[in-house]
Amino acid sequence: MSNQITGAQSLVNALEQAGVDVMFGIPGGAILPAYDPIYDSKIRHILVRHEQGAGHAATGYAQATGRVGVCIATSGPGATNLVTPLADAHMDSVPIVAITGQVPGPAIGTDAFQEADIRGVTMPITKHNYLITNPLDIPKAIAEAFYIANSGRPGPVLVDIAKDALQKMTDYNYPTSINLRGYKPQTEPNAQSIRDAAALIAQSVKPVFYIGGGVIKANAAKDLLKLAELVGAPVVTTLMARGAFPDSHQQHLGMPGMHGTVAAVTALQKADLLITLGARFDDRVTGKLSTFAVNAKIIHADIDPAEIGKNRYADVPIIGDLGPTIRALIPAVEAEFKKNQPDLSTWWRQMGALREKYPLGYNEPSDGSLSPQYVIERIGALTGPDAIYAAGVGQHQMWASQFVKYEKPRTWLNSGGLGTMGYAVPAAMGAKVGAPDTPVWAIDGDGCFQMTNQELVTCALNNIPIKVAVINNESLGMVRQWQSLFYQQRYSNTDLHSKRIPDFAKLAEAMGCVGLRCESKSDVDKIIKEANAINDAPVVVDFSVHRDAMVWPMVAAGTSNDDIMIAKEMAPDWDSQEL
Amino acid sequence: MAQHTLSVLVENSPGVLARVASLFSRRGYNIDSLAVGPTENPEVSRMTIVLNLEGHALDQVSAQLFKLVNVIGIQEMKSANSRQRELLMVKVSNQGSRSEIEELAKRFGGQIVEENSTSVVVEAVGTSKELATLLAELKKYGVKELVQSGLIAIESSDTTLAERTLQETGLASSESHSQTEDYQN
Repeated sequence: MSNQITGAQSLVNALEQAGVDVMFGIPGGAILPAYDPIYDSKIRHILVRHEQGAGHAATGYAQATGRVGVCIATSGPGATNLVTPLADAHMDSVPIVAITGQVPGPAIGTDAFQEADIRGVTMPITKHNYLITNPLDIPKAIAEAFYIANSGRPGPVLVDIAKDALQKMTDYNYPTSINLRGYKPQTEPNAQSIRDAAALIAQSVKPVFYIGGGVIKANAAKDLLKLAELVGAPVVTTLMARGAFPDSHQQHLGMPGMHGTVAAVTALQKADLLITLGARFDDRVTGKLSTFAVNAKIIHADIDPAEIGKNRYADVPIIGDLGPTIRALIPAVEAEFKKNQPDLSTWWRQMGALREKYPLGYNEPSDGSLSPQYVIERIGALTGPDAIYAAGVGQHQMWASQFVKYEKPRTWLNSGGLGTMGYAVPAAMGAKVGAPDTPVWAIDGDGCFQMTNQELVTCALNNIPIKVAVINNESLGMVRQWQSLFYQQRYSNTDLHSKRIPDFAKLAEAMGCVGLRCESKSDVDKIIKEANAINDAPVVVDFSVHRDAMVWPMVAAGTSNDDIMIAKEMAPDWDSQEL
Repeated sequence: MAQHTLSVLVENSPGVLARVASLFSRRGYNIDSLAVGPTENPEVSRMTIVLNLEGHALDQVSAQLFKLVNVIGIQEMKSANSRQRELLMVKVSNQGSRSEIEELAKRFGGQIVEENSTSVVVEAVGTSKELATLLAELKKYGVKELVQSGLIAIESSDTTLAERTLQETGLASSESHSQTEDYQN
């Protein structure tokens, strides 16, 4: 009996044994027993200002490092405040573990104070979850949670622990191995599928690499580079895959999708083969599905069998980890190419012409006010491809994906699937904690920033010197853009009046950060350099930008990729293209 | 109508039924019937799910279901090589037609199991189709109350679902489960 410890101590021991070095959280009644041993633990606990911040910080940490991010909250409202980040991490396949306190076992189901059925609530938005009422089960649940979160297709796992289970005395046994009979991710690809894929590649004269976030999750960017150069085909990287393939590479056509480049969107549309690696045929990429890449055969490689055939039939499905998959494809393609290597020169001539004719660009506002695209472009250019960029959701997010040039995986963090406004500041905080020596910019909108900026207090107090660019167009810009295009410029409830209320620079100062302001083009470089030079405090720059700037190109929701517009009511000049 | 019967082995742990139900609801799959019960292994429960898959591929449903950590194995039960039965209990008005009702029940392998002053309870086990026919015929006497179980099914062959699933999930060998292999081929 003398070796017994509390359930709370068992939890902290298990977290330490799982390799946790940092967690983001807020204490409260039901989780309070756990916070006592946390006080003595070597795990760094960062006290956030809102549980949503803890969740996104865990996500940012995980995205930047590839390690499991951890957040912790109390029962009821603490737990429900984690719902948005859990759903976000689920959509973007980010490995995080959330620990929540629950009311004591005997009180569960009685509508006790601060009781919420968080296991029930989060069932559809977690990869798996647990409700622990017996302290003996704590180490096993923690070990399994970390294993499930970071294996197979990564995702969030929630462990809800009843308060009395944390208080009771228990034996501590951390499992030496994990065997879940219902969970055996297949990592090695089927050899026949690899041969079939290689054969298709060797027959294709219009192939395109359709690269999704799975390549980054699988740490397979270097393998991809080799395969792509071997095949010689155009490469497109989705919003979740920016950085999986260098933007500077001549085979890269940019991002496909609703705000993709003309060349990337058209390459997918006109291809005879999509080599799909870790992507999921999301509606923002395919546009109207029935008109998507109608002449293309599909190779679809993913670790999640349920993605195969979900939206688009796969001619050659490959289930497995993308690392082994791509490494197996390389010799298989080499063998096929010895027999027959297709000539891609016509295809490249067409795609090269499109890339040249329709580069990403923007017009400076005629009234001399600041162009948001210019600001973002300069942040990327002056800070460089080694930095990490986290965006919120909306116009600034699309511009940050278009005008910052990414060369490396895990340098671009955003909320792709769920589209969570308010993601940027806490995610940047988590990323900076995970990569303290790397400059981290949050490129945020004035709408997003007002959802989660309180975490700047956390940053200021915990020596987490992130930089935040508030791309302030005084409105919910992307919604306003849709109102401009589809609702006859009726700007219903999109004007935030955030020119001076709040005063973002003053707000930043009040939160212990450096607050800067930029209103003219001539100051942009100077102020970005000033922000980049500050490494002992978080910095917020309020960039006051033109409000009518729009994100182009655009494939309107529900329409075909063939109807891509390069500006308002302006389609590419297809007739002059030989496609 | 694309109706399929799936036998699903799941961990006998709290919340499993909710996970399965939540998945079907979220993805818009229609359940015609669902039966859950114990198996020869106390750690494992078995669900028999009859699905009406209008516009959804069975492969996709199985793959989504298999993503649940508590789902151990899935197999489609085909009528050609499995025995599929439901239980029907129906309270029918008895206005002097007891012998007719009894005759009818017997024709479907059923019987009268309760008798009251103005009604009888007919119980029968059969395929969905047989029970539907029986019910249609009972309607002319006046159906007062109807209870019907979900369908349960067992494969005719010598092996058990658990044995096949153990191999598929790699417990019997170190191979990965063949569930996903099927999707590859």
